[in-house]
Amino acid sequence: MSTSAALSAAHNHDDHDHHKGSFWTTYVFSTDHKMIAKQFLVTGIIMAVIALFLSILFRLQLAWPEKEFPILEVFLGKWAEGGRIKPDFFLALVTIHGTIMVFFVLTAGLSGTFSNLLIPLQLGARDMAAPFVNMLSYWFFLAACIVMLASFFVASGPASAGWTIYPPLSALPTAISGSGTGMTLWLASVALFIASQVMGGVNYISTVLNLRTKGMDLWKMPLTIWALLFTAVLGLLSFPVLVSAVVLLFFDRSMGTSFYLSDIVLQGQVLPNEGGSPILFQHLFWFLGHPEVYIVILPAFGITSEIIATNARKPIFGYHAMVYSLMGIAILSFLVWGHHMFVTGMNPFLGGVFMITTLIIAVPSAVKVFNYIATLWRGNIRFTPAMVFAIGMVSFFISGGITGLFVGNATLDIAIHDTYFVVAHFHLVMGCAAIFGMMAGVYHWYPKMYGRLMDRKLGYLHFWITFIGAYFVFVPMHFMGIDGVPRRYYAFTSFEFMEQWLSVNVFITWSAIIAGLGQIAFIWNFFYSMKHGEVATQNPWGATTLEWTTPVEHIHGNWPGELPTVHRWPYDFSKPGHHEDFIPQTVPFSETMSSNLPHDFEGDPEAERIQREWEKEHAGSIVDESVSKGE
Amino acid sequence: MGLRSLNKVKFGFVLTLGMMLFAFSVHAQTDTVGLASDTTTEVSDTTTVADSELASAEEQDETVASAAPTTSATPAASSVEEEGPNIPAQVYLNFFYYVGIVFLICLVIGIIGKVMSIYGLTRQLQGYKPHSVWASHQGWFFLFALVFFLYGIYWSYVNHGAASYRPAASEHGQAIDNMFIITVILTTIVLILTHILLFGFAFKYRGSDRKKAYYYPHNNALERIWTIVPALVLASLVLFGFFTWRRITIVPIDQQKAALQIEVTGEQFLWSVRYGGRDNIIGDHNYKLVTPTNNLGIDYSDKNAFDDVRANDIVLPVGKPVRFTINSKDALHSFYIPEFRVQMNAVPGMPTYFQFTPTQTTEDRRAALDNPNYDYILLCSKICGAGHYNMQKTIKVVSQEEYDQWLSEQSFYYTEDVKKEFEARTQTASNSELETLNMETAFNNIRN
Repeated sequence: MSTSAALSAAHNHDDHDHHKGSFWTTYVFSTDHKMIAKQFLVTGIIMAVIALFLSILFRLQLAWPEKEFPILEVFLGKWAEGGRIKPDFFLALVTIHGTIMVFFVLTAGLSGTFSNLLIPLQLGARDMAAPFVNMLSYWFFLAACIVMLASFFVASGPASAGWTIYPPLSALPTAISGSGTGMTLWLASVALFIASQVMGGVNYISTVLNLRTKGMDLWKMPLTIWALLFTAVLGLLSFPVLVSAVVLLFFDRSMGTSFYLSDIVLQGQVLPNEGGSPILFQHLFWFLGHPEVYIVILPAFGITSEIIATNARKPIFGYHAMVYSLMGIAILSFLVWGHHMFVTGMNPFLGGVFMITTLIIAVPSAVKVFNYIATLWRGNIRFTPAMVFAIGMVSFFISGGITGLFVGNATLDIAIHDTYFVVAHFHLVMGCAAIFGMMAGVYHWYPKMYGRLMDRKLGYLHFWITFIGAYFVFVPMHFMGIDGVPRRYYAFTSFEFMEQWLSVNVFITWSAIIAGLGQIAFIWNFFYSMKHGEVATQNPWGATTLEWTTPVEHIHGNWPGELPTVHRWPYDFSKPGHHEDFIPQTVPFSETMSSNLPHDFEGDPEAERIQREWEKEHAGSIVDESVSKGE
Repeated sequence: MGLRSLNKVKFGFVLTLGMMLFAFSVHAQTDTVGLASDTTTEVSDTTTVADSELASAEEQDETVASAAPTTSATPAASSVEEEGPNIPAQVYLNFFYYVGIVFLICLVIGIIGKVMSIYGLTRQLQGYKPHSVWASHQGWFFLFALVFFLYGIYWSYVNHGAASYRPAASEHGQAIDNMFIITVILTTIVLILTHILLFGFAFKYRGSDRKKAYYYPHNNALERIWTIVPALVLASLVLFGFFTWRRITIVPIDQQKAALQIEVTGEQFLWSVRYGGRDNIIGDHNYKLVTPTNNLGIDYSDKNAFDDVRANDIVLPVGKPVRFTINSKDALHSFYIPEFRVQMNAVPGMPTYFQFTPTQTTEDRRAALDNPNYDYILLCSKICGAGHYNMQKTIKVVSQEEYDQWLSEQSFYYTEDVKKEFEARTQTASNSELETLNMETAFNNIRN
């Protein structure tokens, strides 16, 4: 189908259904999954910039603990009196940076964006199963963001007990100033966020299971959809547990209950709470918290698989193994939460069990990495900006993943738990890797979202600054951790053994600043290309999946006329005998007789017979056939 | 072509903003004028506007920090008072100077981008294909990245690695170190090999329109190999780790009792130390008994508490097992001694334990590290409040004789004041109603 025909059909469709809504129904209260995806993405990017800015603020403090930055007083007022960030505000910065990044950027911004965009488009659905609930999901997310940011404007400051908000610190307003109103807002924000996630998750799962187009059986789904499906399942099962943790904490804070509190003497005051356990909170929190890190990384896996296959012009190596490893990771992620708690005084036997399950999870992860590398082997790699980010993602996943063997090992964890080693580990494996997966996805599907291409050269610049910057920031932190520097320390100046890291901190902060400024290249590219980028063609990357069969212009319902029918798996790249190096999923085998392989027919005897007959007829003239087809 | 228009508008926008801010920032930094000679006309215009500011600005060093609040006494102060308290104009100038630099860099990048797109267009006019050059450059960049990466690993291990790793000074710590080193070797091999393949393939198989990729969707034998090999390696690490972990954490009862008993209690933001004393048994405690004099809430109805020793530092005899009982009074803390490879959280309401044997005295350690001021340090590694970053206690490991000598010089927790207070308290404690009332007032106080 030619693009112009598709476009005119699109207009007809629009006119017919009266879908040209006002500004409000088109951009604000939209129930169209593509618009909601864009809303998630832009909100996610804004939150990411805020969280990045917060991290630069606390990096300034770590690099120059004795120095005054009077400009900070202009922006932060009493939190940076005399130009120096106060210790409790430092902890607030760390807390809110972590919360925003984990929940709002890497959960909502990543899986929210790409689930909304890709699930209907790659499955051949008109929209989500429940578009209105989908819209609510975004609005709850936005409300959560606003409530979280509002905590910067309350007198006692934002939550500052770390993003894990362990009680009693988070339960007692006198323990730290951030545990006052700021903590209440944090809990409210996260409750809203969970509501958003549950609504989104239900929608994603039901859409994947029910709204696939004709021919799209589960084993013909692209890996992005598999990954997003497992992500949604993980979120749906684990986020409600966080609700219980949050609600009980709310009761302890405001109703005088003792779920998490016992035997506390705070600043000379004996508290009446008895019988609770702070460890209970940790169990509840990490029962969400560990699946959460896979909620963050699974979509990045899916996106990376898709982009590496498309741009290496090769089928993803071991499609089934990739799906099973996603499944294995998803299941195991519910059995490993205790590895965050090896040194809480938990029963040592339990610690040993959690260590075993944790290290098992490295096996499917290793399979994924090897399969990515095997996909690159003998490929014909096109270095689109999305592709370089996908390669960067694999690199970060390896570098951060192998340190998981240290922190996941209970014995080694004794020495490095809660040190900078852990900071380095999770920033590389779930921070940088997931962000790079997200970036790759943005560069790759930008033409699908905005009908235009992002500038390539700025993309490359963005990649190299961020890639090198991120390694410069996080690699030295491993060594600080081995030396025994605990995380969330306001300054390294109180301990003699830490003094050797002061100069390293300056280096890290400069790297962070430069990498942070490098994001200007992305922000500019992203917003500028919306209106002024090169106009995209229908299938700019030569990809096989269904979203590239839709017209460039967005229409409500995605496809003009009938929904496409799927005939083959999504990774028929560079198939020998075919005149092009990709075959879209919509092309039936009857049109590609010259390149069909025995396993394509899944044992259908009739199809195999037809193929054999065709091959007998055309023996020796396959080359001519493919040339004539090219016309 | 979209690229061209993008660059044109970007160029214009960045040029305007960049020049504006650059000109503004020139007040603070006159020596960068040479970078862009065409802005000098604008500079001369703006300099006349704010002569008084220039006078003070030129004296300043380029760092923000030098602009201390004391400069509010300079002539520039008159224009400052509207802006806010104690923030001199210099602060804003410096800030915009840095913002200006960033815009200048963006400007330069914009110019380079423009030049490159013009170059690309001329190449296109000469009949070359667009984009192909940049894409294949990325393959080369990945090759450079590989070299840089491998050298970076080497450099980090040699420099930062040497700076960060000191052998453990405890018995179980040596087992942890062995496992740590084995894991480092294994993971480094994996890291290097996978990166050679990843970046190497990115370079080797960088694409062109002439080539076609090799259709290779799966190979079950290969996939089985790279599932089973990591699984076997991990299984050995897991077993090794599992048994070491059990050896460290599960101590037989008789060995527990034989060890030197020390209790450490964390509170915001200090550690209190209590030795078991002559009977080597730590007396009971109850948080409800905490008063300013009985800081740990020691329960003296338990006779084992009478000889409990108060100590400022932690002093340990070398080569003797020591069992720490770890408590917390308020938030979570974490009892962390990196040199001994010891870490255990302090949880209010739930005592935790860690037993280990120090193997090197402080003096020997100092000699070995050639640092006469070196000390073992107890830190807090679990976020516990604003003072979390400075919650430390020095640990001295000494010979048995020195330890006995030191212990005999320490005082008891059970002093005359404590005795009086405790006796008075146990008399009134029978009046339980009063007790509850006190509790409730305390509770309300802490809530409000």
